[in-house]
Amino acid sequence: MIEAPSVSYTGLSPVLFVFGAALIGVLAEAFVPRAYRWGVQLTIALGGVLGALVSVALIAGREELTISRAVAVDGPALFLEGTLALLGLLSILLLAERSPDMGGSAFVAQAAVPAGTALDRQLATHARTQTEVFPLASFALGGMMLFAAANNLLVMFVALEVLSLPLYLLAGLARRRRLLSQEAALKYFLLGAFTSAFFLYGLALIYGYAGTVDLRGIFDQAAGTDKSDALFVIGLAMLIVGLLFKAGVAPFHTWTPDVYQGAPTSVTALMAACTKVAAFGAILRVLYVGFGNSDWTWRPVLYGVAIVTLIVGSVLALTQTDVKRMLAYSSIAHAGFILTGTIANNQAGLSSTMFYLLTYGLTTIGSFAVVMLVRDADGEASHLSQWAGLAKRSPLVAGVFSLFLLALAGIPLTSGFTGKFVVFRAGLDAGAGPLVVVALLASAVAAFFYVRVIVLMYFSEPAADGPTVAVPGMLTTVALAIAAAATVLLGVAPGAVLDLANQAAQFVG
Amino acid sequence: MDETIEYAAATGALSSIWLLVALPLLSAAVLLLGGRRLDKTAPVLGTGVVAVDFVLAVYYVVTLADQSNRAVSLQVFSFIPVNGLQVDAGLLLDPLSAVFILLITGVGGLIHLYSVGYMHDDPGRRRFFGYLNLFVAAMLLLVLGNSFVVLYVGWEGVGLASYLLIAFWYTRPAAATAAKKAFIMNRVGDVGLLIAIFVMFATLGSTQFSDVLGGAAALTGGTATALALLLLLGACGKSGQFPLQAWLPDAMEGPTPVSALIHAATMVTAGVYLIARASPIYNLTQDGRTVVAIVGAVTLLIGCVAGCAKDDIKRVLAWSTVSQIGYMFLAVGLGPAGYAVGILHLLTHGFFKAGLFLGAGSVMHGMNDEVDMRKYGALATRMKITFATFTLGYLALIGFPFLSGYYSKDLIIEAAFDKGGTSGWLLGGAALLGAGLTAFYMTRLMLMTFFGEARWDEGAHPHESPTVMTAPMIVLAFGSVFAGFVLVHVFSLESWLEPVFGAPPEADHVIEPIVVTLLVLVLVAVGIAAAWLFVGRRQVARTAPVSVSAVVSAARANLYGDALNESVLMRPGQWLTRALVFVDNKGVDGAVNGVAALIGGSSARLGRAQNGFVRTYALGMLGGSILVVAALLAVRFG
Repeated sequence: MIEAPSVSYTGLSPVLFVFGAALIGVLAEAFVPRAYRWGVQLTIALGGVLGALVSVALIAGREELTISRAVAVDGPALFLEGTLALLGLLSILLLAERSPDMGGSAFVAQAAVPAGTALDRQLATHARTQTEVFPLASFALGGMMLFAAANNLLVMFVALEVLSLPLYLLAGLARRRRLLSQEAALKYFLLGAFTSAFFLYGLALIYGYAGTVDLRGIFDQAAGTDKSDALFVIGLAMLIVGLLFKAGVAPFHTWTPDVYQGAPTSVTALMAACTKVAAFGAILRVLYVGFGNSDWTWRPVLYGVAIVTLIVGSVLALTQTDVKRMLAYSSIAHAGFILTGTIANNQAGLSSTMFYLLTYGLTTIGSFAVVMLVRDADGEASHLSQWAGLAKRSPLVAGVFSLFLLALAGIPLTSGFTGKFVVFRAGLDAGAGPLVVVALLASAVAAFFYVRVIVLMYFSEPAADGPTVAVPGMLTTVALAIAAAATVLLGVAPGAVLDLANQAAQFVG
Repeated sequence: MDETIEYAAATGALSSIWLLVALPLLSAAVLLLGGRRLDKTAPVLGTGVVAVDFVLAVYYVVTLADQSNRAVSLQVFSFIPVNGLQVDAGLLLDPLSAVFILLITGVGGLIHLYSVGYMHDDPGRRRFFGYLNLFVAAMLLLVLGNSFVVLYVGWEGVGLASYLLIAFWYTRPAAATAAKKAFIMNRVGDVGLLIAIFVMFATLGSTQFSDVLGGAAALTGGTATALALLLLLGACGKSGQFPLQAWLPDAMEGPTPVSALIHAATMVTAGVYLIARASPIYNLTQDGRTVVAIVGAVTLLIGCVAGCAKDDIKRVLAWSTVSQIGYMFLAVGLGPAGYAVGILHLLTHGFFKAGLFLGAGSVMHGMNDEVDMRKYGALATRMKITFATFTLGYLALIGFPFLSGYYSKDLIIEAAFDKGGTSGWLLGGAALLGAGLTAFYMTRLMLMTFFGEARWDEGAHPHESPTVMTAPMIVLAFGSVFAGFVLVHVFSLESWLEPVFGAPPEADHVIEPIVVTLLVLVLVAVGIAAAWLFVGRRQVARTAPVSVSAVVSAARANLYGDALNESVLMRPGQWLTRALVFVDNKGVDGAVNGVAALIGGSSARLGRAQNGFVRTYALGMLGGSILVVAALLAVRFG
């Protein structure tokens, strides 16, 4: 007879808030009249993430394993849940942007209508908006939170699917350039399914080795048995592949540019910021809790992977001409920087990685929010040549984007510098000197393509029929303001948040 | 000189000596930032501030004289508080700096007053007075600083003010070039001073006068000599001494009051101040002192010779300044016997050279800014006050008995002979010869300017200058006449400075002083007679003769100082620059661009893998997964 496990609702409240919002959103989609639906859905989604934020603040410091040790409530889980809630809040603000100045809603009203048909053309000019995005985003966010908090490989796999499926859908919902968007969604889905299989296979092999899917149990088993190590090692490798795919780490990065470019920009912001946080949260937990004592096996591999990621991300970004693709490669390079801290396998590695995730997420959402603003007749003007001389037309937007680019490049007095500093220090202290050197060289290369955009905006003549800069609606303005303020604040006075990350850097179990 | 040097903390009235620097600095800021509405009040404000400063300076010096310890130090704020390097911004008022603040504010005030008239019609006079106040503030900081770092701040401040004022009429290419030349040649000297400060910090751990000069005895001979030579390099730059003398005559492109204040009476004597201030270091090194004396002797002769061949009235005076500062260097290079004498000459020179420059400015003012003496002549009757004051300055400069120059210059020549040995004879002989040459070129100047027949340009209407200009000239003329007598017989400068330099050693006369005096007078008489023979009794050509002897053309070319600088320093410098630019363009940039091209190229090649086909991506991931599995297995079982 199976006993029902005890559930700590308090400890799970952040996740429950977001999942609750998602479920209520589904009901609202069914029962609320169309005229009110947008406002109601937005309120529900925002209520979910705000509730999660508040409950994270209230239960900070709590440590327990609940639902039969399947889900952890501890410092890293709560810090990352808080980070995800904050980034999710900004993403939802961007998803909700539908001011006519910005072409109305960014989402197609009926995703199933084939692109290019008469109905599709009719919908493109129609005012109808899509509100399923809110519950979808809430589901994805809830999955992400669970992904980072799962103390059990099976729960982690379920969370992986819960976070992935809504994202596959969201990626295909673009109202303009629908074929590109649908292609992105399909690619993301195919490759995501492919790597999910890897993850699941790895899980099975580990179970075969350890007889348990509990991370602590795996840790204990790895400590000393005489079973064949081959199962263990191959299983670990496959788990890593599945996790690195979600984090957009080379050589599992190939989906990133295509999907980031094709998906609606607000969805790209959600993916780039939140998925990265969740994926690295899971990587940290799996490697530190489950395989912390066998780090001599995985550290050299991640070491090499990090170098490849740094090179691929920063070098490939050099020749990009599309701002969204450039930011995609930038996010790959950033995954490499994060790995520099992650491989430390100690408290400093944990806290620096979490801090970096927060700074990177905020800056990235801000960057994509700016990309949403620069538009021409066909929607967003994402080709870099169209950004020439932007500062002359719109100094404020150019200035804010420059701030984000400088932060991504890791220039002092921005959050990017602080983040890079802490992960590099963690890597250096853990003996990864050569990797840190590569990372520094990569950031030098990366600085080129960030600064090139700034040069383009400030020192080039504007194109004759260049894009206009839309006046952002209130929601986008709020998101941009929060992202910009945090980027500066975490660069100038990062002490409090660094302390918070340090205090939170202790896994339970 | 191995007693410790301690300065009392400033108390009471003296705790406000920072006002001396702050007032002109504030006034400069107001004038330079204030905009056009201050154009009218600028001369009044600029002059008034310096007058107030003079009153304050007199008050402070009188207060100081009443104290038993005549050296007070005032800590103003902590300037560079780094662990191991503590530099405090502080001021030091002692007998030596007291002398300088009186000279700077006194002569400075008179020249400000003169400038009110001289610059009356210049549209940029607000800027002029602003710069002039800036100079006064910097110069006071230089002499009042209680550490070498604060001195250096003032040192660079006067360098800046000098640059700005030489290029005051910056639309004239000659003025702009002269300013650049002055600035760059000063930099050469400044490097020496800067390195000297570094050496002090490295060996003594401090740059405060009290630590450096009090602890100088602990220096090894080599370090002391190195410090002495480095400080001398700095002094040579600022004071226009050989081999850095070439900028000073060119600096005459600035307005004449600037020449009088900065390039005759005050700033260019900063080198003498520096050496006198660092006297405990120079006392340790006979070699260092000898080099100073040689530099002084060489410069004084160069100045005299070049001065003999110039036709530009200000250039003659400028070379005369170079030469007279050479005398001062010679004096301070003689060690304890010469410090006080050098400062005495500095003071008397400050009076009569400032007076002479103001006189020259007055002549130019009356002659439509003509500076060529060949177009003067017969001005004695047209400009009576100028003529009278100029004559007194002239007599003081050539050392006419009982005028200022007579006291100070004779003492220097005497002290040079008293040094003894061959070097004493050589230095004394050079100084003696210089006195004769001085008499020659100054008499030549007098004859060409005030006597003979009028060779004026068409439309020149020589006239006397307004009272606001002549009054300072008259005051300075009094100084030219009486300063020497007062400072030797009435109020002994030597005993006033004794706390700083110690008592001068009892002189062991090689030649009796009266003989020296007679020799000087004879040579001066010869110089005057020669000038009469070559210039006075002949007709002066309105254009300079072209076919002249080798000596004259060398003197006209400043003894080829500029040519030497050009060939030894400038051309190799240009070659070095070109070579470096070449290396930078081809080597450094080539490497950087090559790496960039390499990375860019690999970016394009790598990018081809991103072909958009999901099957390729999946294959890549599969390959990556196999690699990860293989790597983990290799780590585990390898």
